[in-house]
Amino acid sequence: MNYFPDEVLEHVFDFIASHRDRNSVSLVCKSWYRIEKFSRTKVFIGNCYAISPERLIARFPGIKSLTLKGKPHFADFNLVPHDWGGFVYPWIEALARCRVGLEELRLKRMVVSDESLELLSRSFPNFKALVLVSCEGFTTDGLAAVAANCRFLRELDLQENEIEDHRGQWLNCFSDSCTSLVSLNFACLKGEINLAALERLVARSPNLKSLRVNRAVPLETLQRLLMRAPQLADLGVGSYVHDPTSDAYRKLKDTMQNCTSIRSLSGFLEVAPRCLSTIYTICPNLTSMNLSYAPGISGAELIKLIQHCRKLQRIWILDCIGDKGLAIVASTCKELQELRVFPSDPYGVGNAAVTEEGLVAISAGCPKLHSLLYFCQQMTNAALITVANNCPNFTCFRLCILDPMKPDPVTSQPLDEGYGAIVQSCKRITRLSLSGLLTDQVFHYIGMYAKQVEMLSIAFAGDSDKSMLYVLNGCKKLRKLEIMNCPFGNVALLEDMGKYETMRSLWMSSCEITLGGCKTLAKKMPRLNVEIINENNQIEFNPEDRQKVEKMYLYRSLVGPRNDAPEFVWTL
Amino acid sequence: MEGGVAYENDLNLKATELRLGLPGTDESEQQSLICVRNSKRPLPDAGNECLPKGKSDAQHQTIPAAKAQIVGWPPIRSYRKNSFQQKKDEAEGHGIYVKVSMDGAPYLRKIDLKGYKGYPELLKASENMFKFTIGEYSEREGYKGSEYVPTYEDKDGDWMLVGDVPWDMFMGSCKRLRIMKGSEARGLGCGV
Repeated sequence: MNYFPDEVLEHVFDFIASHRDRNSVSLVCKSWYRIEKFSRTKVFIGNCYAISPERLIARFPGIKSLTLKGKPHFADFNLVPHDWGGFVYPWIEALARCRVGLEELRLKRMVVSDESLELLSRSFPNFKALVLVSCEGFTTDGLAAVAANCRFLRELDLQENEIEDHRGQWLNCFSDSCTSLVSLNFACLKGEINLAALERLVARSPNLKSLRVNRAVPLETLQRLLMRAPQLADLGVGSYVHDPTSDAYRKLKDTMQNCTSIRSLSGFLEVAPRCLSTIYTICPNLTSMNLSYAPGISGAELIKLIQHCRKLQRIWILDCIGDKGLAIVASTCKELQELRVFPSDPYGVGNAAVTEEGLVAISAGCPKLHSLLYFCQQMTNAALITVANNCPNFTCFRLCILDPMKPDPVTSQPLDEGYGAIVQSCKRITRLSLSGLLTDQVFHYIGMYAKQVEMLSIAFAGDSDKSMLYVLNGCKKLRKLEIMNCPFGNVALLEDMGKYETMRSLWMSSCEITLGGCKTLAKKMPRLNVEIINENNQIEFNPEDRQKVEKMYLYRSLVGPRNDAPEFVWTL
Repeated sequence: MEGGVAYENDLNLKATELRLGLPGTDESEQQSLICVRNSKRPLPDAGNECLPKGKSDAQHQTIPAAKAQIVGWPPIRSYRKNSFQQKKDEAEGHGIYVKVSMDGAPYLRKIDLKGYKGYPELLKASENMFKFTIGEYSEREGYKGSEYVPTYEDKDGDWMLVGDVPWDMFMGSCKRLRIMKGSEARGLGCGV
């Protein structure tokens, strides 16, 4: 295979973007390995504890773009204690020390300190993009450092982070010569911001394509921002409160007419009723809409809005749209590919906001639908079977029936047959989340049919170890398995220990596994880190092997047990 | 675990039963709390205490998860949940009402922390309410210039000096306020 000089191979490899493909390329032969190694610029690390920064840098010295994920997924739902880990500082410190030419950093579920942001901002002169999703540990002071020091910053994207807002002047910290911004998203910030500084920043950013502001940005400012940036493609509105008879309203309406490039809309963190008609002009061009943080928009207004949006491909909304509203979505949005319906009242009961009817309507009307996250009050087998027949193209199917273990309300049966139909029909499912009353049978189906599943989330399901065994044996492509409140024990855990080395991670909480079982696993599999989270000293000082383990998280790792685990995390 | 279920038929032992939880809480709520945290799935065919027996109970509502707030359920990102809660509070006009006591005053007052934008307004309002003056705040020395010191009880049950933490953090952790007076105050935060 050495017919081509290195430069040619490098050029060819440039066209290979997917990290999985590049991984395959590097396995072909030594020279391909070497060429690929030095030409790889983007690296994705799904679990920051699977590898160390030093080894990453040694393996890919030319790295420019790094994506890191920290805490296990269930940390999103308060199942992982604060201080569990996922600190980004050691990574930034190592990259800085080794003078890596870092340009992009994307983090998810990691702990980011102001100190790390400051170090980041000072260490990489070409730094261009910072994307933080579901992170915590920093304040607006850290943002100020990034703004001040990253002179060529293109992207600052903060999604759903817990940021302590010091109400400082971080927006002022962008230097006057910084004109490179393409994307700015600070919707999750809770505090006030300097509106004048924001306007000046937008005015000097001719390449700005995406702007998502927080609720401190009022409508008048929004209008001025849109005047300066009519080229925006993605807009996140903060506060949308105005009086329909006011000047501000008329001005905004006019300005909106010029915003012909907007394809994506989100925010509306504060909305006054009957204010939305101003945005009808941009609706026909929208391909993506996220109104899931806008409880101020009533179901009726949502429906009116969506009727103008025939080109929508992605919709994130609240369940106040109701089944009838979803039927209208189904008849209007024929290009729909991804739908997420969130509960407007997670602990409410009886406000039958959306049920199986809405989902069936969507499946019938939207043939291109392949990604679903649906929080509902109830689901029936009949509905799931219909959905399975209507939409065989699902890649991501996540159903959350708010009442755990709820059976089919019509037949009182478990939902095994419904989900069975889904996995049998949708051969390309890679991500699956189940809920409702479920027995071992559904897992039998999953093991048999869901051959492409990579991530599976299970809660309050199954009757016995058989369920977990069906999954481990049948789902050959499984990478992430997370289980809560299921009666699965040591027999299932220990049946096929080698399987876990083919996966990224396994999470089990409130199951039947014991300390002894976890110890056995840890002993037999040295390349797995088996961590027990022992909150509130549930496991006493001299624990017995018979004791049940409340929370276990195991993952494969090339670098052994981590050295930053807090007291309540034991690596066995 | 025993207490919650023996009453189904026969004797109405419910009235005198000992059970977990505060008096006045709904028994169905107790059932669901107990059942769900047990992590043992109720088998539909075994006559399990948690699920209604038989198909005739199709209409009977099962575990009202609404009231049983299970950790980790529903699977909604805490960021999202927190923003709902805040909006709900705002929409329903829920304030953060805390008791304010002053040493020596015959009765306590209640104030809504949400009604104030920050410490200066809160302290001014307290001064007006109880007709006294608070001194100057400094991080090093607490409140100087008066024998009154504003303190609050936080979530952990500790008595803290008002003013040390950011306002939002204070709003989230303050359970009650107490204006301390005299020698006791001097121990805590009065710069002498």
